[in-house]
Amino acid sequence: MNIPFPNLMPVAPEIIITVAASILLIFDLALRNKGPLAFLSLLAAGVTVYAIIQPASLGETFGGMFISDSYSVYFKLIFMVNLILTVLISLKYLQRQKAEYGEYYSLLLFATAGMMLMASAKDLIVLYLGLELMALSTYILAGIKRHDIKSNEAAMKYFLLGSFSSALLLYGISLLYGLTTTTDLYQIAAYLKQTGSSMPLLMSMTLIAVAFSFKIAAAPFHMWAPDVYEGAPTSVTAFMSVGPKAAGFAVIGRVFLMSAFQGMQADWTPILIGIAILTMAVGNIVALSQTNIKRMLAYSSIAHAGYALLGIIAGTEEGLHAMMTYLLIYAFMNIGAFAIVILLDKGDEIKDYEGLSKSRPLVAALMLVFMFSLTGIPPTAGFIGKFNIFMAAIKAGYTWLVVIAVIFSAISAYYYLRVVMNMYMKEMKQEAAIAPSPSLGLAILITVLMVFIIGIMPSVVIG
Amino acid sequence: MVPLSWYIGLSTVIFMIGVVGFLIRRNIIVMLMSIELMLNSVNISLVAFSHYLQDLRGQILVFFIITVAASETAIGLAILVALYKNKEAVHTNEITEMKG
Amino acid sequence: MLPKIFFGYFAIAMVVLSLLIITRRNPVHSVLWMLVLFFHIAGLYLLLNAEFLAAVQVILYAGAILVLFLFVIMMLNLKEEISGERFEGAWPLGVSVSAIIFVLMLLTTGDFVHGPVGKYTIEVIKSETHAKALGKLLYTEYLFPFEIASLILLIAIVGAIVLAKRRS
Repeated sequence: MNIPFPNLMPVAPEIIITVAASILLIFDLALRNKGPLAFLSLLAAGVTVYAIIQPASLGETFGGMFISDSYSVYFKLIFMVNLILTVLISLKYLQRQKAEYGEYYSLLLFATAGMMLMASAKDLIVLYLGLELMALSTYILAGIKRHDIKSNEAAMKYFLLGSFSSALLLYGISLLYGLTTTTDLYQIAAYLKQTGSSMPLLMSMTLIAVAFSFKIAAAPFHMWAPDVYEGAPTSVTAFMSVGPKAAGFAVIGRVFLMSAFQGMQADWTPILIGIAILTMAVGNIVALSQTNIKRMLAYSSIAHAGYALLGIIAGTEEGLHAMMTYLLIYAFMNIGAFAIVILLDKGDEIKDYEGLSKSRPLVAALMLVFMFSLTGIPPTAGFIGKFNIFMAAIKAGYTWLVVIAVIFSAISAYYYLRVVMNMYMKEMKQEAAIAPSPSLGLAILITVLMVFIIGIMPSVVIG
Repeated sequence: MVPLSWYIGLSTVIFMIGVVGFLIRRNIIVMLMSIELMLNSVNISLVAFSHYLQDLRGQILVFFIITVAASETAIGLAILVALYKNKEAVHTNEITEMKG
Repeated sequence: MLPKIFFGYFAIAMVVLSLLIITRRNPVHSVLWMLVLFFHIAGLYLLLNAEFLAAVQVILYAGAILVLFLFVIMMLNLKEEISGERFEGAWPLGVSVSAIIFVLMLLTTGDFVHGPVGKYTIEVIKSETHAKALGKLLYTEYLFPFEIASLILLIAIVGAIVLAKRRS
């Protein structure tokens, strides 16, 4: 039996990142100071970005298990942005938290490799394994401050609900396999076009939708998010509020819109509309009563998943693009906000921000930018993201849904601007201490620049 | 020959027992075992499909699910050990550092 | 007829065992019931002509995963655990929601029409043995997922060490 050697070009980015992660594990043994590891992971991320944007990397390989197309390339760039910014913000933070383990960086790389596999999976088996690679690495990252009970708890909750949701996903996959005798997403779509919809198929579709709602923290499957985001180390919170969410959206987009369930749009649209409305409602309304900024950002991230879902609901090419752009913009503004939380020595509670504009005017101004962007006020990137996604939904005929989204978006202004109000209108209680470092500064610089550049020249990310 | 639907029925019953166990028990170890039950029910249905469809893909997936289940258990129990070292609790309602 | 009797025995035993697993107060008992359950599942795999998976089920699940469970239970002191409340407060809600989903799922199985039949008939598998047929597929068509699975195992090792290591 002669087996042709598979074409490795399309998987080159994944190979580079896993090799780098393994090398980091070995280097970790020899190095006492973990700084060079962060530098190496940045280098690996840079090389991977280079490999991703090579035109030669497009195509299918491994017998059609893996596909690299413009869709997956865009998502991989989001994951790279997420990875680079997370490494930059964690460098000094981990030292401060006394959790400077070298494994941290390789786990970040492995989790990113898992996300990339999810975005590129053309087969349900690869999809599932990519998901588990990402999820298992993130569970460990959430609990990496092992001497801290809150971090342990966050890891435990994330783990229990994450494994529960992957079991639901597997049940959906098994039904789908039984109905179609294949695990290839595009072959499933082709087969389902012939047979049409049936009850077991709807069951399978619902289970898969629920499983990914867990992953993107959409209501009513969001319960884990606030606790996990609060308890995990802040740098990890930043990482997992963007990466796994974007990966979940990548899969939803591919499975529901581009392949397997393409022909069942009429069946899944009502389910996703329900989830989207509930998500925006829960995220925005519960965020109003939060006093901890990480919890508030957790609910805000739930709400943002609701907005991004509108892009999928629209069901058009344009909607899909708007969703992708939204996630990229979200990566910049959300990690930016978390970078400011890390920059402050004591910045976990919203009342810690009282009078910040007097003691640290620059920090307050930067936080203001990120809060405006998260609200969606021009000329920041957040406005462009929301505008695109709402336009796409209106063009697809969901004007009423957009009206609801805009109302919730207006509600969200209250809690974002409350942070701003605390910084600018309240009296200073005590001088806020900050813990600056060059890498953190670089991360904040990149994010704030991108928030303005995308806000003023949206053509950078669209098209 | 046993009809395929019997296997699907059996797998559904065990899956739901796993779901119930996960929802009603507050002992983390039993919750982990409930997840194992759910995974095993999926395995049963996959092997049954594989047999009736005369296609080995389902069994390949079972092979991977067993691998992932082993890794998941290892990590879950490691998190539990770390948690237990800091606070002697294996009940989720005793773990209430965060509320809101 | 005989396969149906076998199936009936396995099905009833498995359901009873699963119920025992989720209701026992002492997790050690749950683990031991689970061991019995895994042997039954392996038996069912034999009935479905999947000998290799039956062996893997016993070796990996019963031999590795359950032993890990037992180790951890023994390591952690669970004395007061056993005297505590067994179910969480809102358990009737959980049970009734699950029951509704269960009925829905059972109703859908009636309409189940399986997909097209493939080429791996029992005769084909018999002619080259189950392990060989599976292995051939695993190392050719499914090489890529196989590599990812190796990464997952690596993560599990790293994770267990990072999380459970003694503080230095």
